[in-house]
Amino acid sequence: MTDAGVRLLAAALAIGLGAIGPGLGIGMLGAKAMEALGRNPEAEPAVRGNLILAIAFAEAIAIYALVVALIIKFVA
Amino acid sequence: MGRTLLIVVVALALIVVGRIVAPVKLGTITLAAEVVGRPGGFPLTNTIIAGWLSTLVVLFLFWRGTTGQQLVPRGIQNFAEYVAEFVLGLCESVAGVQRGRQFFPLVATIFLFVITSNWMGLLPGYNSIVVRESPAAAEPATPAKPEAAKPAGTAATAPATAEVEEIPLFRAASTDLNTTLAIALTSVIATQIVGLRALGGNYISKFINFRGPIDFYVGILELIAELAKIISFTFRLFGNVFAGEVLLAVIVFLIPWGAALPFYGLELFVGFIQAFVFAILTLVFMTLATTAHEHGDDAHAHQASHH
Repeated sequence: MTDAGVRLLAAALAIGLGAIGPGLGIGMLGAKAMEALGRNPEAEPAVRGNLILAIAFAEAIAIYALVVALIIKFVA
Repeated sequence: MGRTLLIVVVALALIVVGRIVAPVKLGTITLAAEVVGRPGGFPLTNTIIAGWLSTLVVLFLFWRGTTGQQLVPRGIQNFAEYVAEFVLGLCESVAGVQRGRQFFPLVATIFLFVITSNWMGLLPGYNSIVVRESPAAAEPATPAKPEAAKPAGTAATAPATAEVEEIPLFRAASTDLNTTLAIALTSVIATQIVGLRALGGNYISKFINFRGPIDFYVGILELIAELAKIISFTFRLFGNVFAGEVLLAVIVFLIPWGAALPFYGLELFVGFIQAFVFAILTLVFMTLATTAHEHGDDAHAHQASHH
């Protein structure tokens, strides 16, 4: 495999594997939020705000993977 | 079952016919913003132009909204008041009335600028109005560009663009890391200033303290978390908007007709959510920075009363 090929593969693996965890996390957050809404529909504004906040934190992990992938592809 | 088959057949037909009748070539996808011109030696990139354009749009909307105000708002004034009240309500619900009003100007500015630049990036004309530039002129301007463009672009378009380079005149401001880094730095530095003003020495002792080995270690972690905020702010906005642009380009390349429409809806949603997230995270971090950190005996006594 060529050097560029390995780099492409590494970048793809970095973001691909790095997205698994946050994906699962966001899915669990969404499921629990839906559950909470089903139990208590009046709490919709509070649930929505906190849900978006929590998703942003879970998403940050995927962003670190994205940074690594971009560094591998364009910088390193 | 029959309907599914029909949809599949129609989709395939659209792909085939669209690609034959109206072939779209996949443009080169570059990470760095392209330099459109260099007035006075300053490399003016297309994202700078788009950023100023969205600033002007925000300024114009709110200038029109605040001149000749009436008691019963109409038109643009109504719209401006609705947006301002939405953000103000958000600030007051998260940070309380007093602090919320203190944080409101920065939070609202970030929200309005980000949402305007995200949505304006979807307008026709962005990425499609191009200026042609000979590579000889572009070469010294962007030394890293040929290297960056080559692996991202398709092999077919590389020989065609070798002679005359097409550079889009506008490109959504958030697809440039410099834009998002600037907003992220503004947000994080403002958070530090607000925290220092509200708590003084107590704010510094959040990061550097010698109350014990665990507290010291937690302080170092807090310090790293502050730096990580800059990275996650920067790349969250950049990654989402840039990925959206790439997604739209690829969809139009795959299916030229109609298929991009639902994805434009998705991008409108993503643009709003990212602006909202940027603003609300700034707000929450500021609220956390101005909230007194419970430590020492207070915290233990507090916990003891709970259990």
